[in-house]
Amino acid sequence: MTIDVRGTVRPADTQQDDGVPERRTLRPRASLADAVFRRTAFAAGGITVAIMLAVGLFLALRSADALRVAGPGFLTEQQWSPETGRFGVGAVLFGTVSIGVVALVTAFPLALGTALLLSEVVRGRLRGILVSLVDLMAAVPSIVFGLWGVFFLQDNVIPVARWISTYFDWIPIFRVSDDSGATLTDDSAFTSSAFIAGIVVGLMIVPTMTSVMREAFSQAPVGEREGALALGATRWGMIRTVVLPFGRGGAIGGTMLGLGRALGETIAVYMIISPVFSINWEVLKSGSNSVSALIALRYGEASDFALSALMAAGLVLFLLTLVINFTASSIVARSRSGAQSEG
Amino acid sequence: MTETLVHTTSRGRTRTPLPEGEIGERRILRRATFAERFDLLGAAAAALATSSLLFGWLAPLTGVVGWVVVSYLLFIGFYVLLTSFLGDRQAIADRVATVLLVSAGTLLFGALVFVVLFALLRGREAFWHLNFFTQSMEFAGPLDPLTEGGIIHAIVGTLIQISIALAITIPLGIATAVFLNEVGGRFARFVRTIVDAMTALPSIVAGLFVYAAVIQLITHQRSGFAAALAITVMMLPIVVRASDVVLRLVPGNLREASYALGAGRWRTVWGVVLPTARSGLVTAVILGTARGIGETSPVLLTSGVTAVLTFNPFQGPMISLPLQVFDFVRSPEPTMIARGFGTAAVLLILVLALFVLARVIGGRPPGQLSAGQQRRSHAASLRDAMRISRREAPLAPAPASAPKENP
Repeated sequence: MTIDVRGTVRPADTQQDDGVPERRTLRPRASLADAVFRRTAFAAGGITVAIMLAVGLFLALRSADALRVAGPGFLTEQQWSPETGRFGVGAVLFGTVSIGVVALVTAFPLALGTALLLSEVVRGRLRGILVSLVDLMAAVPSIVFGLWGVFFLQDNVIPVARWISTYFDWIPIFRVSDDSGATLTDDSAFTSSAFIAGIVVGLMIVPTMTSVMREAFSQAPVGEREGALALGATRWGMIRTVVLPFGRGGAIGGTMLGLGRALGETIAVYMIISPVFSINWEVLKSGSNSVSALIALRYGEASDFALSALMAAGLVLFLLTLVINFTASSIVARSRSGAQSEG
Repeated sequence: MTETLVHTTSRGRTRTPLPEGEIGERRILRRATFAERFDLLGAAAAALATSSLLFGWLAPLTGVVGWVVVSYLLFIGFYVLLTSFLGDRQAIADRVATVLLVSAGTLLFGALVFVVLFALLRGREAFWHLNFFTQSMEFAGPLDPLTEGGIIHAIVGTLIQISIALAITIPLGIATAVFLNEVGGRFARFVRTIVDAMTALPSIVAGLFVYAAVIQLITHQRSGFAAALAITVMMLPIVVRASDVVLRLVPGNLREASYALGAGRWRTVWGVVLPTARSGLVTAVILGTARGIGETSPVLLTSGVTAVLTFNPFQGPMISLPLQVFDFVRSPEPTMIARGFGTAAVLLILVLALFVLARVIGGRPPGQLSAGQQRRSHAASLRDAMRISRREAPLAPAPASAPKENP
């Protein structure tokens, strides 16, 4: 800042004393209120991060004991008996993922269809009402879904499960057989399965997925939509060529957010499944497990070491959902559906 | 320049084509035509008839679910057939896609509303007894009728726990969101990353953390306070993220206008940013509260189960509504299951009320005022104008009177 402003503005230096102020400094000097505000905001951010990091670090430190004993076999071992040193998340992780996959298969078509319906087909007041309804459903407690799953779906979905297992038993995952390989058909073979838990969890995550997808679809630019329509496209043609390509990132991201929530769901799964500690490829057959159900099941009588083992299981689940969430948010952010309003 | 302009406008005038030659019927742009409606109804009728025929007489098919599925598939088939008489391939694809979208939406909304109504309807049995809201389960056993015992202890427990959680979450969450948006910098980016990561934390792991870090190491007993801490760990990232989104929507030129008028950072945040985003922030907090109230798994590990009404969150177990539902329905007794559904109905109504409250308060983007707010801000600016004109009033004649006073 060597430009002499005074020289150019004022005709002569002799006017120094007639009230023309000194040259101002441009460096901001924070007032007391601003300084306090800055410090407080900084402290709030610091406390939040400290809480979050404390959770992560505590999990990692406490699970270290168990992980040291179990070694890399922790990810593949199916048994869970920390007392004898044979424990691992092989079975529960498989159960978690299979429930999550069933949930996605249930939820994805419903969410995609409803999101397109809400952003493209329905107009006017009805749209506002339905959008609010979707948001409301996202806030319904999971225990309500659990009740529905246990007291309604459990009994009524058995014929469907039996039908699938009868006509599609040439696909290994739909077969329902006992240890010797004989096909089972009685009702008790179909209750408390990963299939039922997956449907309930799927319904639970549909609202979240729908609202992320609808948000992405409704941001498709009007100009491109009208261009497609003006070129003679039908509504479906416009959706296929403009809305879906534009909202693809949002759709994938929403799906993965839903998956992350499905993997972490506890209470509905815990109420429905009957826990087994072996990998059960037959999703229609009774018996499954999930990491969160394992924690809910075993934390009570856990010794110090067993608790450490549960922490390790929780850590694995957390890392899994973490990877999924970060992938999802980076996909959403990289897609075109991230335009922000400024000004 | 002007010549060419005049030239083009005189030549390029829009003319309506003469109504001669082949002009079709006037098209209906708004409503579905009769043919379209007929296609839908006809396909539906044909599908129902055919599937009933198949299930009753022609084929060895049974079951309600199968009947519905077969009818639906037949409906799609007939619909394709009927639309193919009038339209080309594009039109068929459009119609069928619309039908599929509508059926996905109907199925979803039907299922979700059914889930909620199922809990409400089965809960009505216990719900209509007044003692359900005034008594605790202290003196009521599993075999007692519904006229004995209630869930006042769980209602009080939920309210105390969520109040403690909110007392921590609201100031900390909103201050953190303000920090992310208004202060910024490298540390803020780090905070945002960590908060994003923590929204992925499964709620049971939050409960496990509090169980191992607070209950096992410090208090050695389950308590309402521990449950509130678990809910806080779960709710904090949700509230921070939602408030962050709301604050980011505050238009930048409002902030710049405030700075240009000479306001400092703090005055800008307090006087411009927060009031603009107020309704959105309230919505964020209320929706976070709804999530926090309904979540069972963090409470499952930390609060403990009790049948006694207690007001002290620091001493002894304190149950909350979702955990009480879970505890009730574990019992095989029908009365306990009825109580479980009743409790679930209470919880649902609480969440619905919170949601409606959030919609009434918020639901409009920052900067857009409701009718009442507009009236109030209009009145305020009118008052300001009056005040300014009143202050200027004695000054206005001053130049005229000034020479008289000082000759």
